[in-house]
Amino acid sequence: MTDPTQIFQLALTFEAFTDIQFWTSVGIIAGIFVIFATGLQLNVGFTGIQNFGQVGFMAIGAYTMAILTAESGWNFWLSLPVAIAAAIAFGLIIGLPSLRLRADYFAIVTIAAAEAIRIVALNARDLTNGPQGVFGFADSWNSVSDSIEEFIVDLGWTDVPSQFPLFLVTWGLAIGLMFAFSRMTRTPWGRVLRAVREDEDAARALGKNAFSYKLQSLALAATTGAIAGFLFALNLKFVVPDEFQPLVTFTGYAVLILGGLANYWGVALGSIVLWSVLEGLRFLELPLSETKIAALRFMILGFVLIGLMAFRPQGFFGNRKEMVLGD
Amino acid sequence: MEAGTFSGAQVRTLGERFAAALGRFNEAPFVVRAGVGIALLDLVLVLADRRPDSVFEWLLLAAIIAASTAATVPLARRPAAVAAVVLVNILAILILFHGLHDVSQRGLNGLSLGAIYALGAVGLTLVYGILKLVNFAHGDFLTFGAYMAYLVNVTWDLPLVFAIAFAIAATALLGIGFEKTMWAPMRKRGAGMLQLLLMALGLAFVIRYSIQFIWGTELRQLDVNNTSSVEFLDLRIGRTQLTVIVVGFAALLATGLMLRLTLLGKRMRALSDDIDLAETSGINTSRVILYTWLFAAGLAGLAGVFAGAITQLQPELGFELLLPIFAAVVLGGIGNAFGALAAGIVLGVVIEMSTFIVAPGLKLAIGFLILIVVLIIRPQGIFGQARTV
Repeated sequence: MTDPTQIFQLALTFEAFTDIQFWTSVGIIAGIFVIFATGLQLNVGFTGIQNFGQVGFMAIGAYTMAILTAESGWNFWLSLPVAIAAAIAFGLIIGLPSLRLRADYFAIVTIAAAEAIRIVALNARDLTNGPQGVFGFADSWNSVSDSIEEFIVDLGWTDVPSQFPLFLVTWGLAIGLMFAFSRMTRTPWGRVLRAVREDEDAARALGKNAFSYKLQSLALAATTGAIAGFLFALNLKFVVPDEFQPLVTFTGYAVLILGGLANYWGVALGSIVLWSVLEGLRFLELPLSETKIAALRFMILGFVLIGLMAFRPQGFFGNRKEMVLGD
Repeated sequence: MEAGTFSGAQVRTLGERFAAALGRFNEAPFVVRAGVGIALLDLVLVLADRRPDSVFEWLLLAAIIAASTAATVPLARRPAAVAAVVLVNILAILILFHGLHDVSQRGLNGLSLGAIYALGAVGLTLVYGILKLVNFAHGDFLTFGAYMAYLVNVTWDLPLVFAIAFAIAATALLGIGFEKTMWAPMRKRGAGMLQLLLMALGLAFVIRYSIQFIWGTELRQLDVNNTSSVEFLDLRIGRTQLTVIVVGFAALLATGLMLRLTLLGKRMRALSDDIDLAETSGINTSRVILYTWLFAAGLAGLAGVFAGAITQLQPELGFELLLPIFAAVVLGGIGNAFGALAAGIVLGVVIEMSTFIVAPGLKLAIGFLILIVVLIIRPQGIFGQARTV
C-alpha cells in the first residue's frame, strides 16, 4: 500500500518561499485542477448532475494517451483526440443507464465506475503494466517543451524553470476552456442546461430532451477530465493507477465549492487558493514528519469542505441567484 | 421506466433509443425477460469461466437455465425471490464447473467479508433512509473503530474482548457527537442532500487524516492469531475469520431481531419510511435519531474491528470498504435495514465467488459491476419500493 497522500507530492526540493521552481509546480497542479473542475462546474453548477466519477475520465484520458503512444507506437498528437473520444465513450456508457437515476444514486454509481477503472488499471497488467505504470510517452511533448523554453530564453529570461512550458500550456488550456465553457453556458444550449437544473420536468414539458442535455454535459465533463489527465501524466512523466484515487475527485469538489458554484472564474481562484494553502504548509516549518504534514493538509481540506457547507454553501464567488445547495 | 413519455415524438438520440429498447423489453412477458436475462448472465459466466467439456455438461447447463427460468415465473412480483433464484443459478453453474468443495470453500471465505459489509451497511442505510444523509464518513467510522481496538488491544495490551467493547462504544459516541454538533444543526437549517453529502466528505477527510496524523500510514496488526486455522468437512478457515463470521452473524441476528421486535426498532423503521408521518404519530424523532446514530456507528465500529482483525490496519481501511458497503445499501434498497443485511452478506459471498472467473485483484470491480447492472434493471434495489427512486 503506497501512501495515498503522495498523489500530489511535488518532486522538488526548495529552500525559500520565493522558489520559482516550486511555485511553477504548484501552478501546474492548480491549473490542472482548474481544467478538472471546469467540467465539474458544468455538471454540478449548471446542469445539476452530481458527477463523482471525474477522476475516472482523467484516468481513461491519461492511460489511453500513454498506452497508445508508449506501447502501440502511435503519434502523441494523434493519441490525444482518441483518448478524449475514449473518455467521452466511457461517459456515455456510464451516463446512459445511470443519468435517469436520482441524484444520490448517480453520485454512487459514478464513484463506483471510477473506482472500477482504477482497479482494472491496477490489474490488467498486459495493458497498463499494473502498479509499475506506463512510461515513455512524453518525447513529443518534451521537444515542444524545449522549443518553448528556447523561445523564452531568447526573450531574455535565462533561468527558466524546467516545468515552465507545461505551466504555460496548462494555464493556456485552462483559460481557454473556462472561456469556451462560460460562453457555451450563455448560449440557448446553456440556458436549456440551466432549465434542466432548475426543473427537469418543466424543461421536458417545453419539448427539451433533458436526458440528452445531461448526457452532453457529462460528455463535456469527460473531455475536460481527459485533458486534465494528459497534463497530469505529462507533469509526472508516468501514469500509475494510484494517481487516480477518488480523492482526486473530492479535491476537485473542494476546488469547485471553494470557488463557487455556477461561476467558472471562481473555480480558477478556488484552485489557486486551495493549492497555495496546501503546498504553502511546507513553509511553516512545523516540527512534524512528512506523513503528519501530508495528513494535516487533507485535514485542512476536510475542514474547508465542512466550513463551506455549513456557512457558505454557494462557495466564495458562487452565484447565489443561480445555484444554491440549499434544497 | 419512463420511456413511454417520449412516444409520439420521433426517437432521435442514442439515449432515447436505448430507453425505448429497454421499454419494449420491459413490456415483454415476464418469462421471456427472465429467460433472456438468465441465459445472458449464464452466457457471460460460461464465456468468462470455461466451456462445458462434454455433452453431459452442456445438457446440465441447459437444464440449469431452464429450471431457473421456470423457477422465476411464479415469483414474478417478488424481486427478492427472483434474485435468490438468480444466485442459486450462478451457484449451480459454479458447482457444475468447479465442484461442490471449491465453491463451498470460497463461499465460506466470502462470509466473513459479507458479515463486515452487512454490519457496515445496516447502519449506513438507516442513516441514509432517516436523515437523507449520504454518509461518506461511514467508512472512516470503521477505521476509527479499528484503531480504537488497536489502542486498547495493542497499546494498552488488554484482551481483544475489551478492545471490541471499547471500539463499539467509542465509535457510537463519535457518531452521536457529530449528530449533535453537525447534522442536527444542519437539518434545522434545511440543508440539501448535496450539501450534507459534501459535508460528510469533509468529515471523512478529517477523521481519516486525523488517524493518519496520530498513527501514521504504516500497517498495524491487532493481537489476533492469523496463522492457525480450523478444519471441518474438508473445508479450511482461519480461526480469526471463523470468529468474525460467528460473532458477526450473531450481531446481525441481534440487529435484525431488535429492528423487527423492539419498539425502538419499529420506530427506526417508521422514521426511515416517512419521518414526517412518524413525527405526527407522536414518535420523538430526535431521540430515535440519536439511537440510530448510536446503533449505526456502533455497528460500524464493530465492522471496523473485524476488518482490521482479518486484514491489517491502515488509515484507508474503512474507506476501501465504503463502496461495497454502499453497493449493499443500494442493492438492499435505501433505508431498508433487512435489505442491507441480506445484500451485504450476499455481496461478500458473490465477490469472493467472482475469483473463480476473474483475477482476485479484480473482485471489487465485479462488485461495482453488479451494483451498476442492478441499478439499470432495478434502480430501487432488490428489496426497495418503486416510489423511492
